[in-house]
Amino acid sequence: MSSRPRDLSRVKPYGDKWNDGVVQVSFTLPLPRSGVAVEAAKRYAAKMGIRDPYVTVSEPVGPEFTFFIVYGKATHEVDATAISAEELSGTSLGREEIDDAIAKRFGRRLVVLGCALESDAHTVGIDAIFNPKGFAGDYGLERYHGFDARNLGAQVPVGRLVRLARESKADAILVSATVTQNEIHIRHLTDLVDMLEAEGLRDRVVLVAGGARLDHPLAKELGYDAGFGPGTTPRLVAAFLLEEILRRREEARPA
Amino acid sequence: MNAKLGLPEERIDRCRRFAARVANGVQHETEPFTTVSTERTVLRLLGVDGVDENEAPWPNRVVDALREADRLSRGAAVWLGSALAAGACDVDEAARRLSSPAEARTLSEHPRWREVLAPIVRSTLARISANRSERERRLASHPPDELPLLYAIVATGNIHEDVVQAEAAARAGAQCIAVIRSTAQSLLDHVPYGATTSGFGGTFATQENFRLMRAALDRIEPEIGRYVRLVNYCSGLCMPEIAAMGALERLDMMLNDALYGIIFRDINPFRTLIDQNFSRRINATAGVVINTGEDNYLTTADAVEQAPAVLASQFINERLALDAGLERWQIGLGHAFEIDPTLEDGLLFEIAQAQAAREIFPGAPLKYMPPTKHMTGNVFRGYQQNALFVLTSVATGQSIHLLGMLTEALHTPLLSDRWLAIDQARMIRANARHLDEEMLFRPNGRIVRRAHAVLEDAEKLLQRIAGEGLFEALAAGAFADTRRPREGGRGRDGVLRRHPEYSNPFREAWDREPAGAPS
Repeated sequence: MSSRPRDLSRVKPYGDKWNDGVVQVSFTLPLPRSGVAVEAAKRYAAKMGIRDPYVTVSEPVGPEFTFFIVYGKATHEVDATAISAEELSGTSLGREEIDDAIAKRFGRRLVVLGCALESDAHTVGIDAIFNPKGFAGDYGLERYHGFDARNLGAQVPVGRLVRLARESKADAILVSATVTQNEIHIRHLTDLVDMLEAEGLRDRVVLVAGGARLDHPLAKELGYDAGFGPGTTPRLVAAFLLEEILRRREEARPA
Repeated sequence: MNAKLGLPEERIDRCRRFAARVANGVQHETEPFTTVSTERTVLRLLGVDGVDENEAPWPNRVVDALREADRLSRGAAVWLGSALAAGACDVDEAARRLSSPAEARTLSEHPRWREVLAPIVRSTLARISANRSERERRLASHPPDELPLLYAIVATGNIHEDVVQAEAAARAGAQCIAVIRSTAQSLLDHVPYGATTSGFGGTFATQENFRLMRAALDRIEPEIGRYVRLVNYCSGLCMPEIAAMGALERLDMMLNDALYGIIFRDINPFRTLIDQNFSRRINATAGVVINTGEDNYLTTADAVEQAPAVLASQFINERLALDAGLERWQIGLGHAFEIDPTLEDGLLFEIAQAQAAREIFPGAPLKYMPPTKHMTGNVFRGYQQNALFVLTSVATGQSIHLLGMLTEALHTPLLSDRWLAIDQARMIRANARHLDEEMLFRPNGRIVRRAHAVLEDAEKLLQRIAGEGLFEALAAGAFADTRRPREGGRGRDGVLRRHPEYSNPFREAWDREPAGAPS
């Protein structure tokens, strides 16, 4: 290791040396492959802040397009010391421990609704969290004794979800957003928050979003309590639900 | 092709007999019924098209009015024919008259309705038959296609943008272009009309969109020296209507599964099984290759555990398809490369499943679907998973290869994602060209044992389903851990009992002369 202290206020991508800034980008330009196209790719990379762009691949994708892979050195830096990002605590609780804690602390099963909204027909995400089989060797919420986990499937209208949340006195709602055409998933996610607020239910449910294009900061920004990205196992979600529902109950108690 | 797995013929025969019992049970239970979608399809085939001032399609208007007038159980054709015989100057005018419930109620059955419809039926059948001949002529004018056929999806939501992407994919080497539908469309109880430019996660299937894409693919055929097959999705609440539109516009392949809508879209089992039969009869006549959807079992539940259910469903889909008049070369049974890539010997299980499908259904153009469930967003790893998928596809002689996208699970594919997929598949297909011929499996080795075990379990599952009947099995959750009760699901109210004098002139024509018979 280098003995030189590294300045985290000026962070750049690491290729094989500190702050060499090496990045790889790939993109397509709507130009036929030609010397002009390659030069255009280099200039475009330069405008992205990439110094010494080196076009390693320029392949024609039909007569009108060219696909590029470009390496180069990024000029921009970020100050990592000035960033504060809220992160979800990774939990070490196992399924049995979560079930035991729910039984002891609540004496009932926590009602959890899950679905994909409106035009989103993909159930992969919600199934990975709910189905007994779960994901990556980790059992899904339906396998837990502590949760009354109800997977409503895909294409659930926001209005129906809110109605079911009220009727079932849901403790939590999990929404999976997979399809991301024209950022439509964002609109559905915010519609849900708006409607829960309008119905006076927002404070009564823990609201969680998940999906390939989601992360915790984005979910918070949209008004959710947590966001889970790709690779999330059901146990992480289960532990978060337990902690968050407990926390809210403590808060609600008169001091 | 040599059988490499030594699967016992007797067991395969028993599976087929169980599947026949399942299909007979379905036929027996569904035969007394028709559906609103089947009747709308009859109207479409008779030339009823277009929408009213509220964008409601005329086939829906007429069927709804006949339903309200309590006359639909005779079959929509009876009344369209009667309206024509009673003086309507053309099909459009007849449809407009029938769309008023009052008119639908008072119109009496005309003794000459059959006679009046006969030339229209003949002309529709002639158009479908001409489309089929045209496809055969075009295919025969080029060298045989290299297999597996590379199948690419476009899904911009805008048909005109889809055309740009489809042309790029076809030029790069795609042999089949599927225009994926707007995600909500399978649950719409009508087919939208005209060219469409906005959809969610896909582009609406409309007859005009079919025509536009067909014309575009025909246009580049001389340039690329290949016929590009056009694919759409014949599923959901309008399954047979999409089949009719595809037959009229020369689509070449249709996703058309007997059970998919029931299990994955919660559409009523009766509705789906009635509609699948009529849609498949249309596809049979049109010379369309259907693709079944067994891949979906693997994305929903665990791929290793679901392998027998996939095989059992393939047997059932095969039998229902044959019963609807499809020939074996038209039955593209589906499956997928969906085993967790971190599983030890998972690739061996994939090879076992793909090879078993190849040997059990030797005449079927097998449809092989790419990894989706275990795609993580790590595009470099995803590209490797897709490479293993292509290699398995080539090494086991699959027929229709849906290209895997390295950005699966991230976004609808970029132009370059699709190009990278085609480039990868073409390289591996050429690079491993004769691997299939060279490769044998160790007798009683892991691959052989796995294939035998899956077949055994599929037989048990089929025996169970044959014993209790498909509807009971669906209600009990036999497929993908999903329970679908007979009376549940969407579109149940669109099922109605046929009148003893029910008539569907197209079914009657095909019953007289089986579909697929040389024209």
